[in-house]
Amino acid sequence: MTATPIRPRSMGTHLTRLDGHEKVTGVAAYAVEHALDLPERPLHAWLVTSTIARGTVERVDASDALAHPGVVQVLDHTSARRLAKPDDAELAVLQDDAIGFRGQIVAVVLAETSEAAREGARLVRVHQTPAAAPAEVVLDDGEAYAPEVANAGHEPDTTDGDVDAALAGAAVVVDATYTTPHEFNSPMEPHAVTAVWDGEHLSMWDSTQSVHGVASVIGRALGLERGKTRVRAPYVGGGFGSKGLPHAPEMAAALAAFAADGRPVQLAVTRQQMFSLTGYRTQTVSRFRLGAEPDGRLLALSHDALSQTSRYKEFVEQTATSARTMYAADARATTHRVVPLDVAVPAWMRAPGEMPGMFAQEVAMDELAVACGVDPIQLRLRNEPDVDPDTGNLFNNRRLLECLERGAARFGWAERDPEPGVRLDGDWRVGTGVASASYPALFMPGNTTRIQALGEGRYAVSIGAVDIGTGARTVLTQIAADALGVEPGRIELSLGDTELPKATVAGGSAGTSSWGTSIVLAAQQLRADHGDDPDAGVETTATSEGYPDMENLALHSFGAVFAETRVHRWTGEVRVPRMLGVYSVGRVINPTTARSQFLGGLVMGLSGALFEEGYRDPRFGHVVTQDLATYHVASHADVGDLQVEWLDEEDTAATPMGSRGIGEIGIVGTAAAIANATFHATGTRVRDLPLTADHFLT
Amino acid sequence: MKELTYVRATDAAEAVAAVTADPDARFLAGGTNLVDHLKLGVATPGSLVDVSGLPLTEVESLPDGGVRIGANVRNSDLAVHPLLRHGFGAVSRALLAGASGQIRNQATTGGNLLQRTRCVYFQDSSTPCNKREPGSGCSAIGGYGRYDAILGTSEACVATHPSDLAVALAALDATVVVLGPDGERRVPMGELHRLPGHHPERDTTLAHGELITHVELAGSPVARRSTYVKARDRASYAFALVSVAAGLELDGEGPDAVVTDVRLAWGGVAHKPWRATAAEDVLRGRPLDAAAVREAVDAETRHATTTDQNAYKPAMLRGVTTSALTTLAGRDLA
Ligand SMILES: Cc1cc2nc3c(=O)[nH]c(=O)nc-3n(C[C@H](O)[C@H](O)[C@H](O)COP(=O)(O)OP(=O)(O)OC[C@H]3O[C@@H](n4cnc5c(N)ncnc54)[C@H](O)[C@@H]3O)c2cc1C
Ligand code: SF4
Repeated sequence: MTATPIRPRSMGTHLTRLDGHEKVTGVAAYAVEHALDLPERPLHAWLVTSTIARGTVERVDASDALAHPGVVQVLDHTSARRLAKPDDAELAVLQDDAIGFRGQIVAVVLAETSEAAREGARLVRVHQTPAAAPAEVVLDDGEAYAPEVANAGHEPDTTDGDVDAALAGAAVVVDATYTTPHEFNSPMEPHAVTAVWDGEHLSMWDSTQSVHGVASVIGRALGLERGKTRVRAPYVGGGFGSKGLPHAPEMAAALAAFAADGRPVQLAVTRQQMFSLTGYRTQTVSRFRLGAEPDGRLLALSHDALSQTSRYKEFVEQTATSARTMYAADARATTHRVVPLDVAVPAWMRAPGEMPGMFAQEVAMDELAVACGVDPIQLRLRNEPDVDPDTGNLFNNRRLLECLERGAARFGWAERDPEPGVRLDGDWRVGTGVASASYPALFMPGNTTRIQALGEGRYAVSIGAVDIGTGARTVLTQIAADALGVEPGRIELSLGDTELPKATVAGGSAGTSSWGTSIVLAAQQLRADHGDDPDAGVETTATSEGYPDMENLALHSFGAVFAETRVHRWTGEVRVPRMLGVYSVGRVINPTTARSQFLGGLVMGLSGALFEEGYRDPRFGHVVTQDLATYHVASHADVGDLQVEWLDEEDTAATPMGSRGIGEIGIVGTAAAIANATFHATGTRVRDLPLTADHFLT
Repeated sequence: MKELTYVRATDAAEAVAAVTADPDARFLAGGTNLVDHLKLGVATPGSLVDVSGLPLTEVESLPDGGVRIGANVRNSDLAVHPLLRHGFGAVSRALLAGASGQIRNQATTGGNLLQRTRCVYFQDSSTPCNKREPGSGCSAIGGYGRYDAILGTSEACVATHPSDLAVALAALDATVVVLGPDGERRVPMGELHRLPGHHPERDTTLAHGELITHVELAGSPVARRSTYVKARDRASYAFALVSVAAGLELDGEGPDAVVTDVRLAWGGVAHKPWRATAAEDVLRGRPLDAAAVREAVDAETRHATTTDQNAYKPAMLRGVTTSALTTLAGRDLA
């Protein structure tokens, strides 16, 4: 059976966040706040990390640490439990003496208090021997190669037509290089785990975006039978992709739990350690070439993306994939190259690929608009494709132009004088900019939902999805209510536990789509099998294997971002007093939580535009701007008037709810809109993020 | 963190005696800087003498129009104190430009002046740093340098002093009152902080165990007409890229008015708040215009040493200085 579209009743209404009260009153328990549920007082774990980027651990001398009051045990590669399947090098924690990057876990201290554990970690002496070959830690150190596949299964290279010939014949050419720096997900709640090994079962409370993902990956590596690893994540303080897959600290906590033999272990990663151990967005270097007719119609488009990966595990940011679908052009080429380095492996960060790729593309389009003397919105209109250039499929619901036009009207674009660098308001040079946004409508098969009738029109709905702060708990309740044709108050939703039916990750903006489809399917199956008024205790379990017709349709969300920037004429400081995002995302299931996702995306995009930059020291190999005082994210004062709106629509080709994902599109295009606005304000084109004040000094 | 003893001081002289007697002891005030260092292993004192309860919490006016500020006056209280807002605008604005509301509520006047550099290597005990571990080397040279000093640097250290308050106090010739084992001494603000030289581990000229009890400011026309401009990487809650505390006294009105007195001190450029005396000399006795400001700033930054990463600082100093003097002059200098 496949789910069929459902009628909206609660969907589309502002149901208040169901867990809001628990959160603001501090009752909601996060990963290391489960002491009351534990069989015994927990031990506190602290990570000791390598201080060379490439080499070996000769010896871990724990004598001083063990002499410190409260320190119970120090685990290292000679004493930690062996993994049954150490094939994922990132998770092969304490399995051998090899050091693959600076900041790698080389020991774990267990102590009675977190203070003692931390001091114990300081007292552990790690004898390390650097490798004979010098560590290679920045792009210039290494050599790029062509990977076999990019993140999310994308082809690394595509070619369509002859780009070089088309560029040679083009009247107008933009050929420029755009860079984005290392960026760090930096969720409010650091990565944290409570783990207990009772001799047979491993139980974890984890700050994760996927309980089933963690259980299967960690359980498999440890050689535990299926069902012997339980992972719970009732509340998660954000992830932005960094908690999508388990990282080394989760394995360290599991190994510590084995060593503690029955005593629970709590591990909270420090903010500084997050800069080495929990994933990040690689820096990217994009050469973007556009060839066009004098009126801006594209003849050729090419995006060559370079990024880094680690030597011990490959991750290839899919930076150039958006160039494959955004605009029409007869000749098109995209490539991905990566440089393997002795660094921590990059991973998912909100809109991997689209965020840096669309920065490059949308600034390049602005440059083309300027070169052709065409309004940037007109330019996009002139390059609207009939079908998806990548797959040749029809777009199901491509309403980019409506987003741009509606945004233009609301933002006051018509009054804009295109001349750059000519508006001064007090000490501020003023400009406006626009960029397109796009994000694929992804769907993950294999989600299972169990629905049990509780009588009197009430239902228990269970799925192991995770609400990482987005509002999934609320939105899935609304979907279940509409799927069953009852009020949301009649739904008892359980999630965030591997004891519940299997769910995929809260990621790829696919959580609500994929989990929701499964809930709809289970509801429809329940109705089909047991009618409208099932007896209490009746239950149905269903797994959704598919829904959208990806074979024949190109499914994407679209948006338009407008920004006004002010650049101080004396200091070059950049402010963004107003931004507007207009989105086409299918049905918005809950306007309150959706709005927060868009606003959060815009703020994170603004942050990436103006502030965020991880500086990797070329000599040491680690990121030295490793706290939130030196790695700046937007503060309140940086966020001005943010407006968000969306087209009133439903897309039942994407999901039976009529919705598409919304978690990531807000960060896409935002940095480009701001960069384009700073050009309009100053006449200075900056192609490297972040757009710090020094770029605009005159 | 390392185990330590904690004592709450009730008497200033006893606090001084306790710390003087123990090379491993440190004063603790608001703790917003020192407690971070304890956690990071940057500071590993054996004992803490908490001076935040000492009754040094008054802001009093002095007969000459000046003020006397207790070392324990919180940054947030000092910033909005009427005596400071009216007579010493640069001080008030400098405080409000620093840290965040929560931190200012906790941070003290004395602690603010003695906060340590934000150099990322100083705070990362896995890297060499002469200031944290004398003789180990300076990682900032050849490393992350966006915030590094451009004036008065040495081969041993290129760190900047992070306090905004200290810059304003340097411009307005404050006096720091210090209690030591042998009694009280008065330190001109310009002599409180040091340049790094061969001993970057020493931030100031204070001896171990000396306690800041008060800061005094004399009232003056330049203090009354003073302001603070800070350029930073985000709108709030960021240390200065560069900053300026400026005071101005003019004779006359409009473009022909002659500068009779001017004070300029810069933040974000040196191991101490940098009093730009060469720049002041250029400006004194002539009408104020953009060219004069440029000449003045250039005179002061002539000997600046920069790298790729902080080469923007001289130009940004011109920017903040022009901006501050424009505000004080009440007319556009450009
Ligand atoms: C995230 C962040 C951002 C910040 N941003 C800024 C900024 O933009 N601008 C800015 O200026 N500051 C900023 N600060 C720093 C803040 O202003 C200082 O941490 C604070 O002023 C220190 O005061 P305290 O009372 O907490 O000092 P403590 O941490 O208690 O002490 C600091 C030092 O002073 C010594 N000490 C304290 N009182 C005395 C005394 N009376 N006599 C002798 N020694 C004493 C202590 O032994 C210690 O060495 C920031 C801090 C943080 C954490
Ligand atoms: S600049 Fe000074 S504080 Fe920074 S690493 Fe060098 S010695 Fe240490």
